[in-house]
Amino acid sequence: MTGVRHISSRTVVLPTKDIDTDQIIAARFLTTTSRDGLGESLFYDLRYRADGGDNPEFPLNDPEARGCTVLVAGNNFGCGSSREHAPCALLDYGFRAIISTEIADIFRNNALKNGLVPVVVDTETHRWLLDNPGAEVNIDVQDATVALPDGRKTRFPIDGFAKHCLLEGIDQLGFLRQHMDAITNFEENRPWTP
Amino acid sequence: MSASTLFEKVWSDHVVVAETADTPAVLYIDLHIIHEVTTPQAFSVLREQELPVRRPDLTLPTMDHSTPTTPVSSFKDLAVVGDDAANQIRQMEINCDEFGLDLIGFGNAHRGIVHVIGPELGATQPGKTIVCGDSHSSTHGAFGALAFGIGTTEVGHVLATQCLLQRRPKTLSIDVGGTMPEGVSAKDLILAIIGKIGVDGGTGHVIEYRGEAISSLDMESRMTVCNMSIEAGARAGMIAPDDTTFEYLHGRPRSPQGADWDTAVERWRGLRSDNDAQFDQTVTLDASTLQPMVTFGTNPGMVIGVNDPVPDGGDDTSFRKALDYMRIESGKPMTENAVDVVFIGSCTNGRLSDIEEAARVLQGRKVADGVRMLVVPGSQQVKNEAEAKGLDRIILEAGAEWREAGCSMCIGMNGDTVPQGKLSVSTSNRNFEGRQGVGARTVLASPATAAASAVQGRVSDPRIFS
Repeated sequence: MTGVRHISSRTVVLPTKDIDTDQIIAARFLTTTSRDGLGESLFYDLRYRADGGDNPEFPLNDPEARGCTVLVAGNNFGCGSSREHAPCALLDYGFRAIISTEIADIFRNNALKNGLVPVVVDTETHRWLLDNPGAEVNIDVQDATVALPDGRKTRFPIDGFAKHCLLEGIDQLGFLRQHMDAITNFEENRPWTP
Repeated sequence: MSASTLFEKVWSDHVVVAETADTPAVLYIDLHIIHEVTTPQAFSVLREQELPVRRPDLTLPTMDHSTPTTPVSSFKDLAVVGDDAANQIRQMEINCDEFGLDLIGFGNAHRGIVHVIGPELGATQPGKTIVCGDSHSSTHGAFGALAFGIGTTEVGHVLATQCLLQRRPKTLSIDVGGTMPEGVSAKDLILAIIGKIGVDGGTGHVIEYRGEAISSLDMESRMTVCNMSIEAGARAGMIAPDDTTFEYLHGRPRSPQGADWDTAVERWRGLRSDNDAQFDQTVTLDASTLQPMVTFGTNPGMVIGVNDPVPDGGDDTSFRKALDYMRIESGKPMTENAVDVVFIGSCTNGRLSDIEEAARVLQGRKVADGVRMLVVPGSQQVKNEAEAKGLDRIILEAGAEWREAGCSMCIGMNGDTVPQGKLSVSTSNRNFEGRQGVGARTVLASPATAAASAVQGRVSDPRIFS
């Protein structure tokens, strides 16, 4: 994972609430054994018509959305499954951050481990973003802020350790492995064994 | 010592390195269940970094998600759907072989859905931390374990270190008083809970289900309740272990044996929230007012009593979009909708008692013309037990299909799918758009409601057959 410090982009907006992981990437695309190429399957049943052509009404297919790296979504984005394919598909497609009023726990964890920035904002800021698709926003990971075009800045919550890992592109397995002695000690001294 | 919740007791018992303002806790994992879909990329990381699996003895591998459930006389005849799924299954066998893991594969009498076989084997026990690359890992919380779903990166962390980096979640008490009326099951209860708190009502929290209505549930019903905790957004769901739990576990292959059993039970009896323990949030519910529940929209929170009119979402565009997808009208009960497919199975309702519940409705009756009904046991053991009781005969004579064990139509990635536009009454856990197949319209319900709907050819109140 490479470090993420700043994200500047116009937004693409999916206003629907509770966009679940099955909509982000349907289960039939999970038979892969690699992490590559998942972007092709992103929002597949929403992006394409039954005949395989682009669905012109889906916001990602709007020519204006091309190159946008920030997705603004309705409340409770990413609910459902633990499939890490969901944030990986968003990243592979080109997204770097998701803005919503709530982001589901497992999706959030998976996003952070892959360098996709989960940005939870207040309802007022969210409303403005939903109403202004294509707005240019600036996300500063260090300050944990998102700046709107008029200069208004909103802070978003992010765990200090997760932020550090995002900024530096840290592999958390490496961090965990620094504790191997403590883990062995725990195994040897616990009062019962599983 | 200050009063603790059940969750806090299990959590603190597994902290290897305490959390600080700057770093999460290192949490020890007692049981890691793995399957073919969410592990291949994790094994690739181990291979790249030349790391072994730290505790093969605490790792339980099986195959369930992309495996076919078509009836076969020999597992050599299994027709896996698509080259990718076949490759994924093959890769799981290679990974387990290379890393020294004892795979519960095809032909093994214990193979089945991850969340069905853990309890069945007695590997799921009170006070354990249990994870799996599957969000319905919350199922194991029915035993007073702390169990939650993880992504593939974290699967790699557990394989390599037997630990996870975790921030301590908040606690939510859901207190269910009263007695459940006749004809109402655990599935109806959990659907009603999700309807009450919403699909994000549990976000950031571990739920503890408590109260008279919970402690009177049998283990399989408790598993159904905990299974769907994630559908309320919760990290996990737990129920304090009691005699019902111990009785279920006694004598199972991986349960403690002999003197170890008595020691374990003594320890397990301490696993309950202290009387004055504080929860971050509390919700109460009266079980005596419950009725059979069905979903009408595209998430499990869009749920009503089977005879109640579908609500009007006002100017909520997400609500309208869901009803348009489902082709459901506000103001009318769900019983007005004809059914094309009925699915009994999954980690939510694929256990023996679920199949018995469906068979009670099917006995001496026929699945309505034009309805396809699949009954899919959650494990090979459930299949064998059901067949020993003759349930397969009842199911087949009613005109339903009796399948091999697996996730089947819950997830639509193994060949079992609901056709485009068709309405399915399903005992699974998710009615998301496309979950059971492209354009599939899913109504979540209990096994009794699903079976009654199959017989009637439309969404039905199961109490008409009681």
